[in-house]
Amino acid sequence: MPEIRNYTLNFGPQHPAAHGVLRLVLEMDGEVIERADPHIGLLHRGTEKLAESKPYNQSIGYMDRLDYVSMMCNEHGYVLAIEKLLGVEVPERAQYIRVMFDEITRILNHLMWIGAHALDVGAMSMFLYAFREREDLMDCYEAVSGARLHATYYRPGGVARDLPDHMPQYQESKWRSQAAADKANGNRQGSLLDFIEDFASRFPKYVDEYETLLTDNRIWKQRTVGIGVVTPERALQLGFTGAMLRGSGIEWDLRKKQPYEVYDRMQFDIPVGTNGDCYDRYLVRIEEMRQSNNIIKQCAEWLRANPGNVLTEDHKIAPPRRETMKGDMEALIHHFKLFTEGFCLPAGEAYAAVEHPKGEFGCYLVSDGANKPYRLKVRAPGFAHLAGLNEMSSGHMLSDVVAIIGTQDIVFGEIDR
Amino acid sequence: MLDALLLLIWTIIKIVLIIVPLLIAVAYFTLAERKVIGSMQVRVGPNRVGWWGLLQPFADLFKLMTKEVIVPTNSARFLFLIAPVLSLAPAFAAWAVIPFSERLVLADINAGLLYVLAMTSIGVYGVIIAGWASNSKYAFLGAMRSAAQIVAYEIAMGFALIGVLMVSGSLNLGDIVRAQSGGMFHWFFFPLLPLAIVYFISGVAETNRAPFDVAEGESEIVAGFHVDYSGMGFAVFFLAEYANMIMISALMTIMFLGGWLSPIDGFGDGFHWFLIKTAISMFLFLWFRATFPRYRYDQIMRLGWKIFIPVTIVWIAVVGVAIFYGIPPWFDGIRQAV
Repeated sequence: MPEIRNYTLNFGPQHPAAHGVLRLVLEMDGEVIERADPHIGLLHRGTEKLAESKPYNQSIGYMDRLDYVSMMCNEHGYVLAIEKLLGVEVPERAQYIRVMFDEITRILNHLMWIGAHALDVGAMSMFLYAFREREDLMDCYEAVSGARLHATYYRPGGVARDLPDHMPQYQESKWRSQAAADKANGNRQGSLLDFIEDFASRFPKYVDEYETLLTDNRIWKQRTVGIGVVTPERALQLGFTGAMLRGSGIEWDLRKKQPYEVYDRMQFDIPVGTNGDCYDRYLVRIEEMRQSNNIIKQCAEWLRANPGNVLTEDHKIAPPRRETMKGDMEALIHHFKLFTEGFCLPAGEAYAAVEHPKGEFGCYLVSDGANKPYRLKVRAPGFAHLAGLNEMSSGHMLSDVVAIIGTQDIVFGEIDR
Repeated sequence: MLDALLLLIWTIIKIVLIIVPLLIAVAYFTLAERKVIGSMQVRVGPNRVGWWGLLQPFADLFKLMTKEVIVPTNSARFLFLIAPVLSLAPAFAAWAVIPFSERLVLADINAGLLYVLAMTSIGVYGVIIAGWASNSKYAFLGAMRSAAQIVAYEIAMGFALIGVLMVSGSLNLGDIVRAQSGGMFHWFFFPLLPLAIVYFISGVAETNRAPFDVAEGESEIVAGFHVDYSGMGFAVFFLAEYANMIMISALMTIMFLGGWLSPIDGFGDGFHWFLIKTAISMFLFLWFRATFPRYRYDQIMRLGWKIFIPVTIVWIAVVGVAIFYGIPPWFDGIRQAV
């Protein structure tokens, strides 16, 4: 009798559901997964090592490129670690701006997640609906930083600049008539805050639309309920954070448990699941989008009422204004020193973590007193989640692996670093 | 001799008259799909080639024709090349018995329904052989899924058609349509509602369309059975898939929606009604694709075996009883007529 062997399937890295460059070696018994072995490292760019060779302030841009769908939250973790070592005071307005953009980023990330997850499960319209809303949020990024993805907006001691009073406008072109441009500019007449508030007032309706497509959809429920179940104990043991942990019923959110910036002044709830399956994580993330939207509204209201400084006045850390630099010798020296040497951190170590859309994103900095980190370690949430993939998917079918990859919300930029 | 030759030529002309419009319909169905789904997904769809994208299907065709046909080294060469033909030929052959209007039909045979069933079933061999001959794990999985799926849905489909057979008393597709005359409430859609729904959903499954597209399952097994096909081989599979979709829509029209008959009795019957009804069914295919997530393979099996087949069997029994007792408004007189 011939020996019966398991079927080995190489899933990725060139695979539509691999979310970039995941390579899974699947051992299958027919369609049923016996073992899923994730291979990583195909997107390794040596971010941590690169950071060791550059002044602190020049590595912020690398952080954007870790998890490239939630850019500003990555920056936030890095900048917080520097501020912790420096002990620098961040202006209140900058803290509110950071919180607001963290939440915008959370919505950006969750929209990307729901689009990709639904597309993997086969509901392809969701992907395009999610991108429609992402477009507006990208415009917010663009308005403050000039870049739609890799913003490099957070700086040690605040944010790069204050919220602009004007939104960029669409212009008539060969492809866009004057009427179409005027229509697209309809909600861009005021300041960025007006634009954000307009978005925040529309967004809950969009989330309702997503829910009508998916939440009670029988096929969606069949594909997600009971799939990739993680018990609360295992979720803790595996080091899960974020929605992966909350989906299993553990109420853990750094924004509440270890409030940073001004999260302690915000009114919001932490949604938790009960069963720890894909469907619960879906519901948790949907609710998180609504909560983030509320936080954005609260921040926008405060920011409207309280103008002020957004970057620390300590010019050893943050560059002086350009006008001052042109006329003042000391400011010129500060400027020169900052953009050549950067700043030095006191010797020591610091770990700062933020509630990133995917979980706990932390930066561990070791400084020997120089202007470059002695060592930077990035704690990426996706890495721990991917490590749980085998456990979550064994015994399920091939189609469920795709759903589980989707629910883990994996981005390889942060896993491979 | 001459007569036979003339008949042959005349038949070939008729075949061409069916195939050419069908090919054009397939070409524009692909465009319609992209436009319809595009508008459902807040985007515009193709609009660069020709006015409103009208030349896009031809651009696609020329692109695929000029691409190299790659035959994988480890494939079974003969089977690999014959599989697309095996899937396309039945998809076209089935059109021979479709009555487009009262008199517009190529072969008015009495076993038309059986012929159609046979032809649509043969199509699956193309899929299975393609998956097997590619010698690729993804393609193999696709073929396995497809084989299991077709078996399950073929049965549900067959049972649904038995209901049609019972109320119409004929296997001839033209007679089936004629049995539905007398206004839109005499269409079999109403007395056979569960069967009509089962038939259409089975049709969607049979053509491997969303939400039953596990055989190609984009995000799971990449492209399933045709993952290794390129150029024209790939195009032929697509052609077959779309021809089958139009076929299922046409059959839905004939068997449940009164074919060429007008909704108001005797008011402008004709080919245009056939077209309109088929187009509505075809639109449903696209609507499904834009709306539903994909079923998992075992869930499709469950739906087929545990829901559709019992539903059809129960409804066949109900119809049988109704015909026996001649229950108006739909079932009276059938027993006497047959």
